[in-house]
Amino acid sequence: MAVDIEQYKKDLLAQGAEVVFSKTKNLTDTPFSYCGGCGHGVAHRLIMEVIEEMGITADTIGVAPVGCAVIAYEFWNIDAVQAAHGRATAVATGIKRTNPEKFVFSYQGDGDLAAIGTAETVHTCNRGENIAIFFINNGIYGMTGGQMAPTSLIGMRSSTAPYGRQHDVHGYPLSLTNLLAELPGTYYVTRQAVETAAHVRTCKKAIRQAFENQKLNKGVSLVEIVTNCNSGWKMTAPQANKWMKENMFPQYPLGDIKVPKTE
Amino acid sequence: MAEEIQLLKGNEAIAEAAIRCGADAYFGYPITPQSEIIEYLAQEDPYNKRTGMVVLQAESEVAAINMVYGAASTGKKAMTSSSSPGMSLKQEGISYLAGAELPCLIVNVARGGPGLGTIQPSQADYFQTVKGGGHGDYNMIVLAPYTVQEQYDFVKLGFDLAFKYSNPVMILSDGAIGQMMEKVTLSAQVPRETKDYGWNVLGKSENRERRYITSLYLQSEVMEQKNLKIQAKYAEIRKNEIRYEEIQTDDADYILVAYGISARIARKVIRLARAEGIKVGMLRPITLWPFPSARLKELAPKVQGMLTVEMSAGQMIEDVRLAVEGAVPVKHYGRMGGIIASPTEVFINFKKLFNIA
Amino acid sequence: MAKIKGFVELNIEHCKGCELCVDACPFDVLEMSAQVNGKGYTYPFMKNPEQCTGCASCALVCPDVVITVYKVPTKQ
Repeated sequence: MAVDIEQYKKDLLAQGAEVVFSKTKNLTDTPFSYCGGCGHGVAHRLIMEVIEEMGITADTIGVAPVGCAVIAYEFWNIDAVQAAHGRATAVATGIKRTNPEKFVFSYQGDGDLAAIGTAETVHTCNRGENIAIFFINNGIYGMTGGQMAPTSLIGMRSSTAPYGRQHDVHGYPLSLTNLLAELPGTYYVTRQAVETAAHVRTCKKAIRQAFENQKLNKGVSLVEIVTNCNSGWKMTAPQANKWMKENMFPQYPLGDIKVPKTE
Repeated sequence: MAEEIQLLKGNEAIAEAAIRCGADAYFGYPITPQSEIIEYLAQEDPYNKRTGMVVLQAESEVAAINMVYGAASTGKKAMTSSSSPGMSLKQEGISYLAGAELPCLIVNVARGGPGLGTIQPSQADYFQTVKGGGHGDYNMIVLAPYTVQEQYDFVKLGFDLAFKYSNPVMILSDGAIGQMMEKVTLSAQVPRETKDYGWNVLGKSENRERRYITSLYLQSEVMEQKNLKIQAKYAEIRKNEIRYEEIQTDDADYILVAYGISARIARKVIRLARAEGIKVGMLRPITLWPFPSARLKELAPKVQGMLTVEMSAGQMIEDVRLAVEGAVPVKHYGRMGGIIASPTEVFINFKKLFNIA
Repeated sequence: MAKIKGFVELNIEHCKGCELCVDACPFDVLEMSAQVNGKGYTYPFMKNPEQCTGCASCALVCPDVVITVYKVPTKQ
């Protein structure tokens, strides 16, 4: 080996090297339960970093319903509530209405937000609750072992659509985010991803925006994050990211869908 | 200070009591025969006019009970109300509330079923209410008012018990109590206040560990420990909170067991019976869970029979039979479909069932 | 202009070997190990440490927050 790594590090420290990136203290030391390469970890980290950077940990309550992130409270070093499947935004409504001064967010998967919780999601957005909704869309039910999601793509194979999703049998991929953007109760709606460093940076800005918006009392901020599920998709993590770019992004294009009008 | 007395409908009494006992939030969805609760609250507008109490019409009973779950997680006094079909929808949320050990008040102004049933009063939700209508091993403390005054008083009592034991409390009323008007002695306004109970999520400050509200324990051993803890709490509730009323049981040869509107019918039956020289008394369970089993067992050897008067096919009768352990015959008389039996009708059938000439 | 220099520290036992950091590195610094960690996953190491600029691209995409990034501040 050409370089003694330990010596190299010592040399750089001697030259004044300092930490420019480390784990936020808003994450616990418990290792994530997610599969290697899963986007949940990055999404968790970004939300926790934003809360730390804004200095609002003591005023933030998170809600994690059923899905892969159901035990998110094991990883988030903040106060949190686990909710029943699909009910996250109703729970968040109950928290926010009785604690309007707190920052409240829900963290939901596609099954939770766009299937079993559709009514709660639509009506929370329609009421314009002053909460942030983080919506993790990976087109499959990861926690229960790879079943079809409302957001599964046409032709996409899953354990409950083993021959691929067919629109005449299973319906079409549901882009609830776009529908929600139509509601006057949503203030900020954007679709992001976390598979490249550039996308991670943009996504973090969107998450920050979603929290900042809560100070304005102008309605729901919804950040959809399109992520991979390499286990559910039966791929390696790098393959999954490539597949996501080629297949998920055309169906769920990244970018802002509804941005606050500048006054 | 002079007593404040008002003529109130049973449903209005619930709403007024909620405001006065310092409730923080009501979340509900309209359903007959209890919509006056949310209507009264909307009219009174406690958020703007009286205490700052949140009143919100949810998109469904499912959403409403989960809003209660959210508010309760932060230590707020939150409540919801509904009637039978709506209560079925709330069962998931109630199981979660019990599992997460959250305090809240749920009111069921029951109507006839099954299915969409009728809008007339019924007591056919007894099983659902006292046996835990949702999934898993859990119980709610269940209070059964039989006057509008009790309907009023049990709101504060319900919240007090809910917070004492960190457990959901249910008021099991019925369409008759909900709809009828009686005079109510009102209590003084109590201010709203939120305490740090050590478990409620308020935002994690630097100097304490994070808190989380959950009913999920993936490891069986941990889940069992959680269950044992909850069961120990239930044992404590059984020890401390059994409430009932006895009317003329001292010399009784027969005991009527009835709650809610049926207890009012039964009270009249006692008079009809005693006029004919038949010594009838009544035990009225006020808490349906925990059930006054021990007292019934005590009374059993002193009487010749017990009759449950219920507006159902006979549900509480099972608990009475379990209580007396076969020591005495237990019969049931009741009407279904929203029909309230008349005292005379109950009396005639009581005599038939016990072969009294 | 002097080259920007940095390095990464890895919490090897928390790594699940997804290799996303290797893909994300613009300077081909990282490579997967031949060994496995306590959980049985291979993990990244700095194959070309001198190439590292401390840009944190690897850390930004790491789903398990395994990577701490150091950088020598550039003199103004």
